Amino acid sequence: MTTASAPVLEIRDLSVSFPTETGTVSAVDGVSLDLAAGEIVGMVGESGCGKSVTAMSLAGLLPSSARVTGSVRLDGTQLVGARESALRRVRGREIAYIFQEPMTSLNPVLTVGRQIGEVLQVHERMSRRAARARAVELLTLVGIPSAAQRVDNYPHQLSGGMRQRVMIAMAVACGPKVLVADEPTTALDVTVQAGILQVLRDLRDRLGTSVLIITHDLGVIADIADRVVVMYAGRVVERAPVDDLFAHPRHRYTAGLLSASPQPGRHAGTDRLTEIPGLVPVLASQPDACTFADRCPAADEQCRAAAPPLEDVGGTDHVAACWHPCITAPTAAQEANR
Amino acid sequence: MARYLLTRAWQSALTLLLSTIVVFVGVRALPGDPALALAGEDRSPEALEAIRRHYGLDQPLPVQFAQYVERMAQGDFGVSIRTGTPVSSMLTTALPVTVELSVLAILIAAALGVGAGVLAAVRRGRPAEWLANGLALIGLSVPHFWLGLLAILYLSVATGLFPASGFVPILEDPVDNLHHIVLPAVILGTGLAAIIMRQTRSAMLDSLSSDYVRTAKAKGLRPRAVITRHALRNSLIVVVTVVGLQLGGLISGAVVTEQIFGLPGFGKMTIDAVFQRDYPVIQAVVLLTAAAYIVINFFVDLLYSVIDPRIRVTGDPA
Amino acid sequence: MTVLTVPMAETGTASITRRTRVLRRLRRNPLAVVSFVVLALAGVIALLSPWLAPYSVDQTDFARTFAPPGTAGHLLGTDDLGRDVLSRIMLGARASLQVGLLAVATSLVIGVPLGLAAGYFRAWDAVISRFTDLLLAFPFLIMAVGLAAIRGASLGNAAVAIGIAQIPGVIRVVRSDTLRLKSLDFVAAAVVDGASDLWVLARHILPNATSVILVQATVAIPAAILGEAVLSFLGLGIQPPAPSLGTMLATAQQFAARAPWAAVFPGVVIMGLALAFNVFGDALRDALDPKGDRR
Repeated sequence: MTTASAPVLEIRDLSVSFPTETGTVSAVDGVSLDLAAGEIVGMVGESGCGKSVTAMSLAGLLPSSARVTGSVRLDGTQLVGARESALRRVRGREIAYIFQEPMTSLNPVLTVGRQIGEVLQVHERMSRRAARARAVELLTLVGIPSAAQRVDNYPHQLSGGMRQRVMIAMAVACGPKVLVADEPTTALDVTVQAGILQVLRDLRDRLGTSVLIITHDLGVIADIADRVVVMYAGRVVERAPVDDLFAHPRHRYTAGLLSASPQPGRHAGTDRLTEIPGLVPVLASQPDACTFADRCPAADEQCRAAAPPLEDVGGTDHVAACWHPCITAPTAAQEANR
Repeated sequence: MARYLLTRAWQSALTLLLSTIVVFVGVRALPGDPALALAGEDRSPEALEAIRRHYGLDQPLPVQFAQYVERMAQGDFGVSIRTGTPVSSMLTTALPVTVELSVLAILIAAALGVGAGVLAAVRRGRPAEWLANGLALIGLSVPHFWLGLLAILYLSVATGLFPASGFVPILEDPVDNLHHIVLPAVILGTGLAAIIMRQTRSAMLDSLSSDYVRTAKAKGLRPRAVITRHALRNSLIVVVTVVGLQLGGLISGAVVTEQIFGLPGFGKMTIDAVFQRDYPVIQAVVLLTAAAYIVINFFVDLLYSVIDPRIRVTGDPA
Repeated sequence: MTVLTVPMAETGTASITRRTRVLRRLRRNPLAVVSFVVLALAGVIALLSPWLAPYSVDQTDFARTFAPPGTAGHLLGTDDLGRDVLSRIMLGARASLQVGLLAVATSLVIGVPLGLAAGYFRAWDAVISRFTDLLLAFPFLIMAVGLAAIRGASLGNAAVAIGIAQIPGVIRVVRSDTLRLKSLDFVAAAVVDGASDLWVLARHILPNATSVILVQATVAIPAAILGEAVLSFLGLGIQPPAPSLGTMLATAQQFAARAPWAAVFPGVVIMGLALAFNVFGDALRDALDPKGDRR
């Protein structure tokens, strides 16, 4: 959508690794991404590809054993390596999170009003009473009926969809610049899912919040995102506006992902879902090869000898990291896969 | 909530009835003629006959049981064989000592145990955790009456910091009372502190790795707020249960501790009674202990429902 | 709390690999090795103590009462009757272990079947949990007081009182493990195949519940050892002149003014035994934990 103004969030060459008994394991490797004001960016990939680690690293929420390098700038302020007290002022106020499991992500022994109010008490120095009143407004904002009563409910008294709305209310309480939603709809029914995505869209429109939505569900991406980032084994392999990506996937992995999930307009029977052969490689440093080479139908010596850089592949703002990008629509990838 | 409490009340009442039956049967199983046991010094045939009539020993067993329950409910535990004083009046002088000792021990144990448990969980993998774990293991393994003996020998006798034995009622001189009871209470609290510490640590480790603590951190809360408001509150549910369950151990411990420090409480009364074959006293002790355990655990359940809204609202523990 | 997701051993080969994994973890844990060596040593000494002890436990020497530790011929000194403290400690430790094992055996014999039944048959659960509540209402010392009143104090009665008091703990862990196992696929498969309840309990549930039973037993033994010491100290357990660590401490208290050191060694031995069991129990639980390094 709008990319003209300076990005709110600027991620450059972000890498995260964890020391283990058997050596250092790299989880995120050189991720770069910009998030413009009011933009919704979808981050997609299989489980274990480093999406969540990337998200958690933005506000320094990884365990202290994690080694984070690179740069994350929020309105120009560097967050990587920032002091814990500075990061605390960012968390919940400027970068807010929504997590996958609304059941376990809310504290069972505190009322939802208390949990929402807590953010306001910490960041806005509101009194407990004012925070509670604001919590009622926020609950109304995210579409919870009779919010004045619900505010005194405990999480177990609410349905899954309502709990996720509570999580969202909590996240937007301080009007954050960036909202990170990590698989916000995965644990919910499809009908509830649509409602939650609608709430996120509304909030973007009304508050101008940028949203980074992380999911493995391409349907969610197609529904809500302006731009898409595809991750594979800790690296960004393709980045494009959402329509462009679905119409012309360039990276072989993206093409595989698209053909592995049902698309509107494709016909059952003639276009069959294809599985990507092989497994996601263990996240270890593979500096000298394309991480997808072992599963790629088009891989050759070059792919195994050097990692491809993210390069412009035509279209507006469409980049992919592939030595042999697909030239045409998904059918080519499908042909290759057969 | 109401249903939960009703269920628990009914279960407690049933357990109380069952334990009364056990004690009643136990008394019947005592060697010799129960009338003889109840008679005390005066063992003339007339006196025995009077006792049989008074206690309904000539009645069928169910009737005897009904009368027994009635007497116990009225606080009529009979007369001490040894001293001839009513058991109930012995209890009124002995119980306050034991209650004070136990309450103080629980407070000390909870403060030490919860504190060390939280510390060990928060400082995972650091020296503080090893120290706390090690101390807890030792606290679990040390015979606390031995600790009491050493404390008397090397603390009270050697330095004179604490009195080696004796007791002053709290109403008479609160400061002197505390002076006498603090050492026994610390000794009694050590074992319980170790148990509470281990449970707190384990519950805290669970909470600290939970999703809602991740949420709390993502909100930008200070570590202290994350730990106390979010992690500890959930862990306390476990701790309260543990304290309730350990009450039996605490009563056992109190008996020994009183014996060592010469505190004139319930425990000392019990041990003296065993050696003097003072059956009415033993019976009262056993019955009262069981009743106290059941009633207190019922209140622990009430407390539990105050801490955990899942029980308070829906009535079933999640 | 946490949910166990790792499937338990079903077939013979699986249980063998599981066992080797547990043993390997134990061998790698220095605390486990040290505590195991201490326990093995204590076991050997206890077994052979009637032959190893330098003196007979009843051999008095009124010429040399209260000899301090380090006295020639009496390494740990003598007591009020001039009996050798080292010999009495060795046999006292033997009695402690005896009571510990006897008490735990009692609690397992009664607690395991009840725990299995409570977890497996819904109808029994309520009845058994009332029974558990009832037992919990009588702390071991009060139980011992009652038993001593009815049958007189003895080693056997002390063990029984402690054992009965430990039944609720056994029922609790066995019941919850049975509930867990019952919901697993291989048990459901056996039930679908028409296996009888008794067969399922004996062949599928009990073998898989052994690890929690083992851990429970390892932490129950030190508790029983401490219990025996308390009861004997109070005169409700092992009766003099039979050697017991608890009665030795009672004697030491009596003569604290003349021989303060007499209170040290028996207590150290009790604590050492209990500590070794507790440390080993912790290590065993860690090694059996499918989540590995959890605690």
